[in-house]
Amino acid sequence: MFGAGGGTSSYQEVREVADLIVLWGSNAREAHPIFFHHVLKAVHRGAKLMVVDPRRTTSAQWADLWLGIDVGTDIPLANAVAREIVVSGLANEEFISRATSGFDAFRESVEPWTLEEGERVTGVPAAAIRELAHAFGRAANPQLCWTLGITEHHNAVDNVFALINLALLVGGVGRYGAGLQPLRGQNNVQGGGDMGAIPNKLPGFQDLSDDLARAKFEDAWGAPVSPIPGLHLTGMFEAMEHGTLKAVYVVGENPAQSEADKQRAIGLLKKLDHLVVQDLFLTRTAELADVVLPGCAGWAESEGTVTSSERRVQRVRKAIDPPGEARDDIEIVYELARRLGHDLGSTKAEDIWNEVRRLSPMHAGMSYARLEELGGIQWPCWDDEHPGEQFIHGRLWHDVVIEPAPFMAVEHSPPVDLLDDDFPLRLTTGRRLESFNTGVQTGRFSSPLHVDGEALRVSPEDGARYGLTDGGRALVASRRGAIEAPVAFDSTLRPGLAFLNLHFPELVDTNILTIDATDPRSGTAEFKATAIKVTPVG
Amino acid sequence: MTTLLTAKKMIELTVDGQAVRVFEGSTILDACRQLGIETPTLCYGDTLTPVNVCRVCVVELEGARTLVPSCSRKAEAGMVVHTDSERVRTSRRLVLELLGSSVDLSTAPEALAYIEEYDAKPDRFGPDAARVEHEVKIDNDLYVRDYSKCILCYRCVEACGVDYQNTFAIAVAGRGFDAHISTELDVTLPDSACVYCGNCIAVCPTGALMSKREYDMRQDGTWDESQQEVVTTVCAFCGVGCNLELHVQDDRIVNVTSPDDHDVTRGNLCIKGRFGYRFIETT
Amino acid sequence: MADLKLLDAPPSDAERAAIDAVLGAPVEANGHRTARADRASRHLLLPALRAAQRRIGWVSEGALGYASRRLSVPPAEAYGVATFYALLSLKERPADVTHVCTDLSCALKGATVGPGEHPSPCLGLCERAPAKYRTVAGEAPYEEQIPAESRPLPQRDGLRLLRRIADGVDPTSLDAYVAAGGFEGLARARELGPDAVIAEVTESKLLGRGGAAFPTGVKWRAVRDQVEQTRFVVCNADESEPGTFKDRVLMESDPFALVEALTIAGFATGAQKGYVYIRAEYPLAHARVQHAIDETESLRDGFELELRIGAGAYVCGEETALFQSIEGKRGEPRNKPPFPVEVGLFGKPTAVNNVETLFNVLEVLRIGGTTYSETGTEGSAGTRLFCLSGCVERPGLYELPFGATLRELLDLAGVGTVKAVLLGGAAGAFVGPDLLDLKLTHEDTRAAGVTLGSGVVIVYDDEAELVPALLRIAEFFRDESCGQCVPCRVGTVRQEEALKRLAAGRPHDDELHTLSEVAQVMRDASICGLGQTAANAIESAIANLKVFA
Repeated sequence: MFGAGGGTSSYQEVREVADLIVLWGSNAREAHPIFFHHVLKAVHRGAKLMVVDPRRTTSAQWADLWLGIDVGTDIPLANAVAREIVVSGLANEEFISRATSGFDAFRESVEPWTLEEGERVTGVPAAAIRELAHAFGRAANPQLCWTLGITEHHNAVDNVFALINLALLVGGVGRYGAGLQPLRGQNNVQGGGDMGAIPNKLPGFQDLSDDLARAKFEDAWGAPVSPIPGLHLTGMFEAMEHGTLKAVYVVGENPAQSEADKQRAIGLLKKLDHLVVQDLFLTRTAELADVVLPGCAGWAESEGTVTSSERRVQRVRKAIDPPGEARDDIEIVYELARRLGHDLGSTKAEDIWNEVRRLSPMHAGMSYARLEELGGIQWPCWDDEHPGEQFIHGRLWHDVVIEPAPFMAVEHSPPVDLLDDDFPLRLTTGRRLESFNTGVQTGRFSSPLHVDGEALRVSPEDGARYGLTDGGRALVASRRGAIEAPVAFDSTLRPGLAFLNLHFPELVDTNILTIDATDPRSGTAEFKATAIKVTPVG
Repeated sequence: MTTLLTAKKMIELTVDGQAVRVFEGSTILDACRQLGIETPTLCYGDTLTPVNVCRVCVVELEGARTLVPSCSRKAEAGMVVHTDSERVRTSRRLVLELLGSSVDLSTAPEALAYIEEYDAKPDRFGPDAARVEHEVKIDNDLYVRDYSKCILCYRCVEACGVDYQNTFAIAVAGRGFDAHISTELDVTLPDSACVYCGNCIAVCPTGALMSKREYDMRQDGTWDESQQEVVTTVCAFCGVGCNLELHVQDDRIVNVTSPDDHDVTRGNLCIKGRFGYRFIETT
Repeated sequence: MADLKLLDAPPSDAERAAIDAVLGAPVEANGHRTARADRASRHLLLPALRAAQRRIGWVSEGALGYASRRLSVPPAEAYGVATFYALLSLKERPADVTHVCTDLSCALKGATVGPGEHPSPCLGLCERAPAKYRTVAGEAPYEEQIPAESRPLPQRDGLRLLRRIADGVDPTSLDAYVAAGGFEGLARARELGPDAVIAEVTESKLLGRGGAAFPTGVKWRAVRDQVEQTRFVVCNADESEPGTFKDRVLMESDPFALVEALTIAGFATGAQKGYVYIRAEYPLAHARVQHAIDETESLRDGFELELRIGAGAYVCGEETALFQSIEGKRGEPRNKPPFPVEVGLFGKPTAVNNVETLFNVLEVLRIGGTTYSETGTEGSAGTRLFCLSGCVERPGLYELPFGATLRELLDLAGVGTVKAVLLGGAAGAFVGPDLLDLKLTHEDTRAAGVTLGSGVVIVYDDEAELVPALLRIAEFFRDESCGQCVPCRVGTVRQEEALKRLAAGRPHDDELHTLSEVAQVMRDASICGLGQTAANAIESAIANLKVFA
C-alpha cells in the first residue's frame, strides 16, 4: 500500500524527537524491551505515551493514558479517533489533498463512529477516545506503533489499514520524527519478507505480478518463475486438508505448536506423504517428520544478514561451530539442490548476498564491507554511495506527489470466535518478557523468571462467578479443544477477559484452544480472540 | 547508520598548556581525550549520566577553589585546566589508596592499572583499616553479586534506573561507609523487581556484578580472557535488532555484551539477548 | 512511575491511617477501561515515612510498601531513602526512645548514655548542655527537647535581630508580633517593588549566615533574572553543625519574623512558593513555625509556605542535599555547577537562605541598606549571632557587630583560662589563646586560616581535654558522610582510624602525614562542603594547638 512493507521511522526518532508515542496492540515493555528503552527516553524528556490494549499491561502502566479496548474492536476505535480528529479540525487538510487519495470515501466510512458509538462497541469511555484523538491530532511528531495485538486477527490487514489511515489524516508519516512502526515479532521476519519468503513477492519486495521484475530473476536464475502466487502457511494447511499439498519442507518453524487450532494442524501434518523438518531441535513438528535435517543457529553458527523492525540490515556472524552432525542451513539447501541435479554455486553467504544485491534494488548498496563499516544500513540503499534511509515515504512531502498514499476505508469485523452462553469468556493470548513464542529457545535456559510457570489468568469476579480458586486448576475449553490449566486471579483484568501465554505448551497447550481464522491476505490467524468456558477441576 | 548533525558552537579552552576546541556542551574530559591526555575514570560510563562520585578524574581548574570532576564539568571558553599538577596527582593517588584499602579490586583491572600508574600504596593505612565486606550473593542461576568489590560507582543503579532499564530493582541503601547497593529490604534477586537484563553486569567496572557463568569459571580457574574471541552478531529473538557481542572461549559462548556505541542498544540487552543464547548449547 | 513490583506485606490500619493523613485519602482513579501512570508525587516520601514512624515507633515493611504504592516509588528506592536517615528505624523498637547528645558541648558537661538510650550528634541545645531528645510514638505522637525550658538571653544590650526576643514578645501571637513592628518590612518591600528590594539587600552587603557567606543580594538577583518562571525560596533551618543553636532560638522565639522574611524573599525573587526545612530534633520550632504559617495565610498574598521536617542527617544542611531531601530522595549533595539559583529545588531556580540571614533581611528593610552596611566592617556588614557553649559561665546566644574581637565576646560570656576555642563548629577550626584578639569578621578569620562558620564558639578551658573532642569530631564526620564520594566516604573513616591510633599511642607509620594527605584529598576532591571541611578542625588542632606534637 505504501510500496514497501516496513516500519517508516527509526528508533532514534522515537527517542529524540517524538512527542506522542502510541502503542496499539503492543506490550513493548515485555515483547520489545530494548525498543521500549527508546520510548522511555522519550517519556523522560516529556513525550506522552498512550497505550491501546485490552489489558493494563506493564507497557500500559507507563502510559499517560491507557485505553482498555474490547478484543477485536480496533477498527471501531481507530475510526472513532479518525472522525474526532476530522470534526475537531485537527486533520492536516493540506497533506490530505496533496499527498493522499480516497479521503472522501474514508470520511464517509467513519461518520457513524461518533465517540459514543465508539464507546458502545469498544468499551473505552468516550472521553478517553477523545483524548487520544486530540493528542494524535495535535502532536508535532506522533509515532504509531503496533504488533501482534493488531495483526493476530482474522482482519489483520484491515486493522493495519485503520492505523495507517490515522497517520495519513494528520500527515504523521514520511518525515523525520513522525511515522508508523510495526514492531516485528522475530529477529528476521522483516528480512524474510524482504527476501521474498512471501507467496506473492520476489526478493526486494518486488511483486510476482511485475513482469519486468520476474524477467530479471528468470534471467539470473536461468529458470521460469511462475507469476501465480504461492500459498502462505494457512493456505498450505487448507491445501493439506484438500489433499492438494502432499509434501512439506519446514525450516525453523514449529507449526505443530504455534498454529492456532493445533489439533487440526497436527492432524494435517500427519496426513502428509512426506514431511521434512530442518531445525535446531527435535520440536513437536520435527517429531512428526519423516526426515529431520539438523540445521544451525543462524545468528551464532553461520554468516549472513538479518533485518530489524527499523529496516536495518545487519550482519550475523559465526562465533561457534554447530554441534555434532548439524550443518549450515545454506549447505543443506545446496546439497539438496545438488542431489536434485542443480549446482546453485557458491555456498558462501557473502556471494549469495551479492546476488541479492544485484537483483534487489533496495539492497543494492549494502555490500558486506559497507554493512561492516556503517554498522548496518536501513533500506532502501540504492547504491554504494547511498547511506540508507532513516525514514521512508518522504515522497509524500514533495510538492507534487506522483503516487499519493491511499486512505483505505475499512469496516468493523468482530472476532470470528463468537461469545455465547456456552463459551462466554473472551480469551486473549500474549507474551512475557523472559520467554519467546513456543519456548523452544527460551525453555532451554534456566531463569528465575520462569518460576511462575503458566496459568490461565482471570479477573477475581470471573473466578467467583465460575467457581474457580486462585491457585487451583480449571478445565478450559473452546469450540476446538480443551486443556487443563492452573488458575491465577488477576485484578488488572476486567470481568469477561481472560489471558494465557503460549510459552510452555507442555504445561498449558494454549493453541489447542485458539481458532485458525486467518486473514486471507496476510495469513495470520486470530490468536488474539478465542471464546472459552472454564470449569473448576479438583 | 545515518544520523542528523545539528550545528553546534565550538569553544576553546586550554588544557596542560595546549589549546583545544570542542563542541559546546562537551565536558573537560572530552577535551582531555581529544588532546590524547589520559585521564583515569572509574564511575564514568560513556553511555550513562555522569555521577562524578569516584573523584579519580578530578583536574585543577584555575579560579576554582577545589579540584573539579572532568567527567561531568562542562567545558567553558577560556578555561585553563591542569591535569598533571601536584594537587591532582595527590588527589588521584589518595582516591586510589582509599579505594584499594577498602574494596577488593582483584577483578578490576582498570583500577589496578591506575594504582600502579599513580604509585598508590593502599596498604599504607595498616592492617586494621576497615574494609567493605559482604558475603557473596548467589541467589539465582544467572548472576552473582559480590559487594565486597563494589566501589559505589552507581552505574548499576543508573543502568537499572532512568538511564535505561527503568526497573529500579536496586538502589543505594545505608549511609556513609555503610552505604551499599541493595534491593528493598535486601530481598533476594528472585524476590525483587529484577528482570535479569544483565545491564548492571554490563556496566560494572569491578566485577562486583558478574554472570554466574563467568563467576563459576573464575572460581574453577578456567576463565581466560586472553583465549576469548568476540564476535558481533544480532540477537535471535524479537525484531528490534540488538547487536550481541558473543564472547567465545573454547568454542563456547561465555559472555554476551552489546557495543556501547550501537545506537539500538547503547550496550543494553534484555534477559533473552543477555542469557537466552544458552539454548544452543548441547553441554 | 510505572510497572513497579511492590512489596506484599500490607500496612497495619494505624500505619495506613498515618500515611493517608499525610498523602490524603487514596483516590482510585484507575479503572478497568482507562488508567494513567502517576509521575508526580514522590516528594512526599519522607513525610509519609516519618508519619508512619511517629505512629508505631518504626518503619515496618508494610509501611514502607504502602508509602511506595501510594507514591509510585520503587520499593528499592524507598528503602534506600529510609535507610539514609538516622532517625528512621527499619527495625522494630519501643515507642518511647531517648537520644542522648554525646557531641562537643554536651561531652564537656558530662553527657552519659543510659541503658536503652541512643547516642546522638549535636541536638542544638548546647546552651542547656547536657541535652537529650525524646520521641514518643503513638496515636498522639510528640517529641521533647530536654531540658525543655528556654533560658532568657544572656545579653541585654546592643541587640537588633534579638530585640523582640529580649523584649519577651509572645512568639505565638500574630497581634503581638504586629504590635512590635511586624509586617512593616513586607509592606515596605511591596512599596519598593522587587528590583528595589534586591537593590537594598545588595547595597547592604549582607552576607549569608549559614556558613558560606555568599552575598544575599547577588543570590536573589540571580534567581530573579532566570528565564524559568517557576521558582522557589527555601529556608535552610537544618542547623546541625555541632555547637549551633541560633536558628533554633530565632524560630522558637520569633517565628513570625521568619515567615515575613520569607514572604519578602518570595516577593523579591518571583518565587511562588517557599519551603522551611527544619531538622527533626526541633519540635518546638516545628510547632511555632507551623503556627506562624497558618496564622499568616491572608497576609502573604498567595505566596505559599510549606514546612518540611528532616530525619536526622547533618548533610541535609548542604543546600543541594536539602533539595534532594524535600524531593523524597537520599540527602546526597548534587554537583555544582549548576548552582541552585539556576537549577535548584525540583530543578527550578531557587534561593536558599539561612534563618539568621532572613532575619537580617528584615533589618535591612527596617533601616535601609546603606545604614545596614555601616555596621560591622568593610568585608563583613551588620551584626552576627554567636552561639557560646562549653566552658563558659553564661552560655547562650549573643549578638555583636562584626569586628568585635573574640576576647570581647568571651568576656561577655564569662570565661576562665582558655586552652582553646573551637570557632565554626566541627567543620570549623581551633584557635589557641594566642588568637584571642582575633577580630570576628570573615576577612580576619580567613587571613588567620580559620573560619566563623555558623557562629559557633565552643570554649575549652585548662581542664577540658582536646583529644576526645578531636575523636568526637572525626566520629561525627564519619557518621554523617552521605557516602557518595570516595574522598569523604573512606577518608573520614581513615581519619578517624588514624586519630584513634594516635590517641591510643599506637601509630601506624607516620600518622600525621597520613592525616595530612587524607585531609588534602577530602578538601580538594570531595563533592560537598562536608567532606571539604571534615579535616579542618583536626588539622587546626594539630597545627595551632600542637595536639599530638
